[in-house]
Amino acid sequence: MSPWLQHLPVLPILIPLAAAAIILLFAESQRTLPLVIAFGSSLGQLLAATTLLYFTTDAVPHVWAEGIGTYTIGGWRAPFGIVLVVDRLSALMLVLNALLALPVLVYSIARSDRLGVYYHPLLQLLLMGLNGAFLTGDVFNLFVFFEILLAASYALLLHGAGTQRVRTALHFIVINLCASFAFLIGVAMIYSILGTLNMADMAARWPSLQNGDRGIADAGAAILAIAFLVKAASWPLNFWLPGAYTAALPSVTAVFSITTKVGVYAILRLGSLLEYSVAPLGGTWLFYGAIATMVFGIAGILASRQLQRVAAFNVILSSGTMLAAIGLAPGTMIAPALFYLLGSVLASGALFMLTGMTERMRTMTPETANSPSAQPVTYSAFRVGEPPDPHPPDAEVGVAIPSAMAFLGLAFVGCALLVTGMPPLAGFVGKLALLSGAFATLSRSGDTFRAWLLIGVLLAGGFAGLLAMSRIGMRLFWSVTGRATPRLRVIEAGPVAFLILLCIGLTAAAGPVMKYVDSAAQLLSDPQAYIRAVLADAPEGAP
Amino acid sequence: MEIVYALVIGVLVASGTWLLLRARTFQVLMGLSLLSYAVNLFIFAAGRLMIDRPPIIGADGTADPARFADPVPQSLVLTAIVIGFATTALSLVVLLALRGLSGTDHVDGQESDT
Repeated sequence: MSPWLQHLPVLPILIPLAAAAIILLFAESQRTLPLVIAFGSSLGQLLAATTLLYFTTDAVPHVWAEGIGTYTIGGWRAPFGIVLVVDRLSALMLVLNALLALPVLVYSIARSDRLGVYYHPLLQLLLMGLNGAFLTGDVFNLFVFFEILLAASYALLLHGAGTQRVRTALHFIVINLCASFAFLIGVAMIYSILGTLNMADMAARWPSLQNGDRGIADAGAAILAIAFLVKAASWPLNFWLPGAYTAALPSVTAVFSITTKVGVYAILRLGSLLEYSVAPLGGTWLFYGAIATMVFGIAGILASRQLQRVAAFNVILSSGTMLAAIGLAPGTMIAPALFYLLGSVLASGALFMLTGMTERMRTMTPETANSPSAQPVTYSAFRVGEPPDPHPPDAEVGVAIPSAMAFLGLAFVGCALLVTGMPPLAGFVGKLALLSGAFATLSRSGDTFRAWLLIGVLLAGGFAGLLAMSRIGMRLFWSVTGRATPRLRVIEAGPVAFLILLCIGLTAAAGPVMKYVDSAAQLLSDPQAYIRAVLADAPEGAP
Repeated sequence: MEIVYALVIGVLVASGTWLLLRARTFQVLMGLSLLSYAVNLFIFAAGRLMIDRPPIIGADGTADPARFADPVPQSLVLTAIVIGFATTALSLVVLLALRGLSGTDHVDGQESDT
């Protein structure tokens, strides 16, 4: 590998960090150059992520042995130094993140980035936190990247201000701070026993722990898992989610649809390394908690009247589905769960952005447009003397698309098919793979009850989603009164169309994608490969 | 020493949890601060409590592998303090914004009916 190419794994962290720092130097009134930088950063992340994905495939076996790449920061070898690890799962998550970020960025130019200050730097920092969490090879850096993404998400949730947002943001911050404390306690407990923070090193030493030590380490891992479950929105740790995801701006929630999956990723990563031996990182506890999460999500979907709320509960449902799959049978269910994750994140991103446009069908009457909640209050609340914006948020900029209603209807149907898992789109393929995985577990092991439970709840979830979506669709599109045709700009409609087309592409290319997620799952089922790759040239007898 | 240390952490966690469950935003914030102190002390203790031992290398420039304080938890605490401090400052701003917008210091932005 060329000397420059070996620095590739660190790029998904450095690019957004540098972009955020540079954008901060510009005044808010300047628009073009910061936007160009934000775009360049997102494209660069996509490029770096796809290249990493390519390197982890079997196509280029000479680059990284066994498809796992490591990057030692500052040249300090693991387990002493900080190490970044790229395996197939992290590369997949990086690509997914970059694919979601690009349309969100385009969408937010239309309206949301001018409702407050520092939108673009915060978005880039959020992406940095996400990328870092997917790449890091040690638990404490996982904490640091979690905090980076959380700090950015606090500010993004507050973006646009308004009483509703500030109130839910306060709840969101308090819950996540408590989760961070749990995270730190877990890390400290594990460190006090194992004397290491490197995940591969931890996994290598875990089996050799004796009675009392094993108990403390297990308790530490369990507390860590609680912190992950709060982020993954597992019941009963998810009451913060519906409020926060309903209050935030649509462009912000669209990118939030991947932040819950970081929790799922962390559980999958640590769980697979510890071979699902620790209570809530796998097995029965995780499974029943996840089933409860799914039931909670279904109940929420049925009870919601607002599209954005349905989308929020759908995030909970999809998190629950993934966790239940991991809990049921990690061997057979991880590959279907990863495929489901791809379709689900892209679809809920599209759905959240769509809610921003369908809301305008009903609410953009002159009187509500001037209501306090629709206006940015940041400046007035903090008395910041910012010069008046030459482009007020509600001004019509950009090119409008023709036949807006037809587009909205089509996009709505597309999103509904995707999130409910109806044929013929990617949601269906993911759900079908999950179901066939569950049936395979059914025939192989004696644990028929849990497999049937998952199958039942999964089908009920699809049905509830269909019911709620058709109810909302009828009210949105078929009611004659109180409806205005919104003016949709290309930069708003385009991203939604892009994400839906991406999902269609995912359906068409289901074969190769499935093959890749299969190989990713295979790699996860062999923690020794990960340990070998990370600790490849570590000296013997490390303390 | 360990028992006093453990008691201090216990008292901090207990008071922090009690305050966290209150309905007033300022009390919640104080609870979070107390909890973060407790967590920081806990991380520090993960490296074992010891007195008069240098972190790896002593003043005379020699290292005794049998007698040194683990420097890793100390650096972890430093990171945790910085992050906790920043987040607390942010929640203080949010607290004031909520107070300004809703006119009450209840965590839900409105007084409960009871």
